[in-house]
Amino acid sequence: MDIIEILFTASFWAAAIRIATPLILATMGELICERAGVLNLGIEGIMVVGAFAGWMAVYSGTGLWAGVAVAFIVGMAFGLLHSTLTVPFGLSQHVVGLGVTLLATSATYYAYRLALPEVTSPPKIAAFQPYEIPILSDIPFIGEALFSQTPFTYFAFLLVLAVAVVLYRTPLGLAVRAVGENPSAVAAQGLSVTAIRMGAVIVGSGFMAMGGAFLTMSAFDSFFFEMVNGRGWICIALVVFGSWRPGKALLGAILFAAFDALQIRVQQTEIGAEIPYQIFLMMPYILSILALVVMSRRAEVPAALMVPFNKGER
Amino acid sequence: MSTDREEVLRLDGITKRFGELTANDAVSFSLAKGEVVALLGENGAGKTTLMNILFGQYTADNGTVSVFGKTLPPGNPRAALDAGVGMVHQHFTLADNMTVQENITLGTRPLFSTRLDRKAARQRIVELSERFHLAVSPDAKVGSLSVGERQRVEILKALYRDVRILILDEPTAVLTPQETDDLFATLRQAIANGLSIIFISHKLHEVMAIADRVVVLRHGKMVDGVAIKDTDKAALAALMMGAEATPPAVAPANPGKTLMALRTVSTPDIGNAPGLKSVSLDLRAGQIIGLAGVSGNGQAAMAEVVGGQRSPDTGVLELDDEVLSKWSPRTAVESGIARIPEDRHKTGTIADFDLTENAILERYSNTPFSRGGWLDWRKSRSFANEIIHKYDVRCPGPDTTIRLLSGGNMQKLILGRVLEAAPQIILANQPVRGLDIGAVNYVHSQLLEARDRGAAVLLISEDLDEIMGLADVIHVIAEGRLSPAFNRGEKTPAELGLWMAGQGFDEPAQKQESHHAS
Repeated sequence: MDIIEILFTASFWAAAIRIATPLILATMGELICERAGVLNLGIEGIMVVGAFAGWMAVYSGTGLWAGVAVAFIVGMAFGLLHSTLTVPFGLSQHVVGLGVTLLATSATYYAYRLALPEVTSPPKIAAFQPYEIPILSDIPFIGEALFSQTPFTYFAFLLVLAVAVVLYRTPLGLAVRAVGENPSAVAAQGLSVTAIRMGAVIVGSGFMAMGGAFLTMSAFDSFFFEMVNGRGWICIALVVFGSWRPGKALLGAILFAAFDALQIRVQQTEIGAEIPYQIFLMMPYILSILALVVMSRRAEVPAALMVPFNKGER
Repeated sequence: MSTDREEVLRLDGITKRFGELTANDAVSFSLAKGEVVALLGENGAGKTTLMNILFGQYTADNGTVSVFGKTLPPGNPRAALDAGVGMVHQHFTLADNMTVQENITLGTRPLFSTRLDRKAARQRIVELSERFHLAVSPDAKVGSLSVGERQRVEILKALYRDVRILILDEPTAVLTPQETDDLFATLRQAIANGLSIIFISHKLHEVMAIADRVVVLRHGKMVDGVAIKDTDKAALAALMMGAEATPPAVAPANPGKTLMALRTVSTPDIGNAPGLKSVSLDLRAGQIIGLAGVSGNGQAAMAEVVGGQRSPDTGVLELDDEVLSKWSPRTAVESGIARIPEDRHKTGTIADFDLTENAILERYSNTPFSRGGWLDWRKSRSFANEIIHKYDVRCPGPDTTIRLLSGGNMQKLILGRVLEAAPQIILANQPVRGLDIGAVNYVHSQLLEARDRGAAVLLISEDLDEIMGLADVIHVIAEGRLSPAFNRGEKTPAELGLWMAGQGFDEPAQKQESHHAS
């Protein structure tokens, strides 16, 4: 099959959207944190813990959506840890973020061994199943690509809309954006910089954990070590790619996922067989770096990103 | 003033210490309805600290603030705002990437309400800006506004919240004379609407023009509170400085040979500001060369070229009659060019370094501060101490973080750092911006002294009075082009003003007229 032909199949785009979903969820989480001025490098670990927590909850007998909620809450707990250290204590966001990633990842593996000491292959759960949205899924091509996904994917798209509306249409969103641009402006208007930043990091971390949970509860139906596999770091890049805007970040996530879906399919073509498969694995990352170089020229970085705010200091 | 005094604000025994520095020492005063109280004092006298305590951004170590008879909880800007106190900070608290309306409405509605009510907010902003003569578009991004416009946004922020007491911290420091007049018109309108105002300044004529009463601070202590009608400028200056202030007398210059020269130098534009356009300039020993001009007409490019941050695109630089091939900040420092940078916070000092480290910043790798690759802290420290004493830098000691110093004291340290090296060429870019009279006179007398011992001083300033008072020869820069040299007293301010507006240059003006509307 030719590469161009692949791009015109609905199943290719359906795969791209599926691959994009965890990235969309976690990117929204990171975007919220960064708009408030906090870089959250805990994302990779929080996705791991979210993947485990959601899956474990369902395995222990809760419903699927309750499992998502559990992942969200566990993610928020790690967000609380991260924001306590970075906001009121003003510690280095890089060090804390990487620390949270290491802690969350190891804690997850430890919890896995505690919960399932004698298991060699992890148990499967009844994951989210594709739901064909009536009428919309009958649209040729688009119906198959977009509207025959699992409800978790639909939720991710709604989340992008919600994040955009809250950021740009509500007093809360205004405060979050302002705190990432100039915290003194927020303090001078009588709002608490600490509360707004912590709140943003906590909620954002919850969405990161949901991104992880999608992997175990929708993309697959079980938990494996290393399954997050650097997706968190991709989300950090996607936030930059999207210029800290939810809509553009969504496009970036889909673009990256499309590259990923494409490389798998190209590997199976005749030309693809001639080339070492590692080259294909690199492709989405190389293309992402190139896209990042082009896109981030015009990016508007939140002016106070990574700048701790200390009240009463000269 | 009305005779029945309705008190709206009272400060009682406010004391605040930063480490070993006592910024405010038991300060008390009150403010009545419809009154303008000016808070006068030198830099570092504790004016800003006092107002930050009043507004709840700092917590006082002692003392209370009460508004309309109620004591404010300490350290809570929200309480101050709710009580009707608004503050226009010296360093604006605006988010550049957001619109005027977003900046104004931030925090004015409960965070979890679902609507921003943008239409109503917009209408109110337009209404207020008309009533108080504060022309600014609600949809403009703050980052694209001029300094004067940003200040209007700050004032609108306070008015939008219906404040009854408005605090303005050095509001005119960043304004042109025209903008200052507009500001005063706005303030008079505010008083007519029943507001009370605290006006912080160290400019005596402004205080005389706008205030009803003056509270004078010196070294953190309140020296006096007087009614404007019972005092005059000289008396206020004496109160503020503890002694009569006199500007240094200027003896005629005794110019020597050309130390540095620019020959038809051109540089690319810097953002919106023009670069140099075929500029030739001689910096002669024993002379102060004044560069006059409206801000953003090529001064930045000139400073960068002389200071070594930029090499000419075309044209050449000569040092002691030799054409320079390599030009960098390092070679500039090594060639004996001393720089007093325009922005002492950003490029002059490193905020989190202590005074010692900042004192040796430009020469740390040379003797006596380093030997064989090792820093000699003992010598560095004693050098910092020397500057502190000789240049009267008020601070707890050489180990103080420079961030804690006021602008004037920071500038004195920079001055000491520069002059102690006995430089041959001094680039003084806006050396007295934001300083009080005492510090201004001091800086000027130091520059004159450097001139008299044979240094060439390039003085870049937007203040024509400063240039005319100090410079032996004056060049005007406009749109990156340089006027011929005028001797001291050769041109009247009005004539120089025409040059500054771009008239009189040989070549016809370029067609980029809208370029420098500000």
